[in-house]
Amino acid sequence: MAAAKQKGKQRLAVAKTYKIYIGGKFPRTESARYYPLEDQQGNVIANVCRSSRKDFRNAMVAARAAQAGWAGTSAYLRGQILYRIAEMLEGRREQFVSELRLQGVPARAAEKEVDLAIDRLVYFAGWADKYQQVFSSVNPVSSAHFNFSVLEPTGVVAILAPESSGLLGLVSNIAPTIVGGNSCVVLAAESLPLSAISFAEVLHSSDVPGGVVNLLTGFRSELSGQFASHMDVNAVVYCDGGKKTAQAVQEAAADNIKRVIRRTGLNWDDDSTQHPYLVRDTQEVKTTWHPIGV
Amino acid sequence: MATPENKLAFDDGWQYSPAPESTDHVRIKKKYDLFIGGDFVKPEKGRYFDTINPATEEVISRVALAADADVDKAVKAARKAYPGWSRMKAAERGKYIYRIARILQERSREFAAIESLDGGKPIRESRDVDVPLAAAHFFYYAGWADKLEYAFPGRNVKPLGVAGQIIPWNFPLLMAAWKIAPALACGNTVVIKPAETTPLTAMKLAEVIADAGLPPGVVNIITGAGETGAAIVNHPGVDKIAFTGSTSVGRIIQKALAGTRKHYTLELGGKAANIIFADAAIDQAVEGIVNGIFFNQGHVCCAGSRLFVQESVADRVIQKLKDRMETLIVGDPLDKNTDIGAINSQEQLATIRSYLKVGQDEGGEMFQSSCRIPKKGYWCRPTIFTGVSQSNRVVQEEIFGPVLAIQTFRTYNEAISKANNTPYGLSGGIWTDKGSKIFKMTQSVRAGVVWANTFNKFDPTSPFGGYKESGVGREGGLHGLDAYLKLEA
Repeated sequence: MAAAKQKGKQRLAVAKTYKIYIGGKFPRTESARYYPLEDQQGNVIANVCRSSRKDFRNAMVAARAAQAGWAGTSAYLRGQILYRIAEMLEGRREQFVSELRLQGVPARAAEKEVDLAIDRLVYFAGWADKYQQVFSSVNPVSSAHFNFSVLEPTGVVAILAPESSGLLGLVSNIAPTIVGGNSCVVLAAESLPLSAISFAEVLHSSDVPGGVVNLLTGFRSELSGQFASHMDVNAVVYCDGGKKTAQAVQEAAADNIKRVIRRTGLNWDDDSTQHPYLVRDTQEVKTTWHPIGV
Repeated sequence: MATPENKLAFDDGWQYSPAPESTDHVRIKKKYDLFIGGDFVKPEKGRYFDTINPATEEVISRVALAADADVDKAVKAARKAYPGWSRMKAAERGKYIYRIARILQERSREFAAIESLDGGKPIRESRDVDVPLAAAHFFYYAGWADKLEYAFPGRNVKPLGVAGQIIPWNFPLLMAAWKIAPALACGNTVVIKPAETTPLTAMKLAEVIADAGLPPGVVNIITGAGETGAAIVNHPGVDKIAFTGSTSVGRIIQKALAGTRKHYTLELGGKAANIIFADAAIDQAVEGIVNGIFFNQGHVCCAGSRLFVQESVADRVIQKLKDRMETLIVGDPLDKNTDIGAINSQEQLATIRSYLKVGQDEGGEMFQSSCRIPKKGYWCRPTIFTGVSQSNRVVQEEIFGPVLAIQTFRTYNEAISKANNTPYGLSGGIWTDKGSKIFKMTQSVRAGVVWANTFNKFDPTSPFGGYKESGVGREGGLHGLDAYLKLEA
């Protein structure tokens, strides 16, 4: 649609219909609802899917089905797949820059954001086979047992992505979640949704199994309750949002003792927001005992 | 003598003589006040409640009932002590905690006896498990106090402030140690509430803390029931809540903390699967089943309360288990021969009995050992249910008593899908002689602690805590420090 508005071109450009991403497929919302996204001049640049609670439930089914298989892949493979996401994003760098600009991000900032997003993927790709070594332990118990603690993925993580950073904020939350073997359902930034859907296309061509990342667009006010209350969600990550949302999310999360991770007021441009503790946030510690004897 | 009921009695008619632990060295006051700001102070409203011996139903002592005003006083005392304690040279902080460990070791037999008197657990367990582990926990975390910067690479660590801690009645002193030791090592101050049915060892611990010379207000110990706990949770001067107890109360706490800046860790209920494969060492596995479900009368959040036996050995395992159950001695907690002590409270006994009825009403077949039980006090014979399925309440719900639900399985996949079919995820057990199967199983069970060819083992260095609805966070080991620190860039 955006391209269709451009004047002075011989050829009529093919405009993209922005969809959502569930279980490795690109449907429109089952609700058939949309919200218009406008550029700074007030031109409609996309009719974005206004996802429903049913879309979320469908995404949860896909995420749960994909999780165990994804967690069962080797750390080396997960690292390579994350690295491939970076490769695919690099190849489509110009597209992402122009899409950010279309949504009102200044040129320099858009370029920086895409570059940082690519580099962040490489950063977390590298952690795939290392965070376990940093955070695990062999525990010197007093009895004749061999005892060790390792990290395992929490399971399915519901992510309310940062509102202020359409691509980098999104990537900075998805990468540490999936590198640790979780699957996720993500609600993209309401005002900057286009990069999320294009990022789904990148994921789709990066050997990320369908269902590991599911991306919805829509209204946070409508969906955050569902993200927090769904009984098959193991952890909810919510970025930004006011105190009221925070309280509502935390209250609903308690129904099945979800892990609640609040990431607020972070400047995702800054290197200080990339560290392996973001991976650890959605991990469980498992301790195993075995007797020592003959 | 071997009888139809007791096939394992090879002693030709010998009886165990009573072997009660001496209690003449035990000092219990008639009345306990609240330990706030380093002093024993009377509750504002002057109310006290009885704590009874569940084996005799006799009142042992009276304990202060802390109301909101007392909680407020305790939090203020902890707040006041916080700057000094958190800024104290870390090595010195550690030395105070070492002192607590040492005094507990010195007075261990007294603590063991009181734990058994107040809570009903067999002296063999309080003497060999609860008290030594509590001391070990203080000793372990004492050493962390001046080494915290090595625990979390790339982060700067800071204490949280005042920790409000609420602990259950199943391991009263040990849970106090699990909570207090890491909190203090990390530089926090503490307001802790023991369970209303087992307050005595916590109040004795207050004496130890006073004897150790800790600065006033660093540890405050207040007694009361649920309302007192709620007042701690909701007090604005508390920075962190650490709770061990039921999932239903944990849920209430998590909701209550929504929208606040308080940190929290929750160690909640469980319904652990104990899985016996045909190639397991069967006699050892039977011992593991017994230890898994009858340890501490089954009042254990990580109890192996769901047994899964591979079909080909099920009859043999269940018969051996029944034979072994007949040898278990239920009775006086202070007797050194006792295997299973008293149920902690009348209320808990009623809960267990209601499940025995539910289990039978739903079609399960119940077997109890034929042992004699004392007339007075709260007792439950060791119990198993067979002929139950995944949908039975005795399979799904935490009973917190000596009640085991037994099911069978054929394949590895069936065992895992049944084992993981629960909202809980605290612990699990695997019994097999095959190494590769051990690793496959321990990786597949969705639980925070997995025992392979053993069960119900604990150690201060070993992180403990649940997946899913069994809780948030870990206690014990390096990972347990995380619960009491802010990690900053």
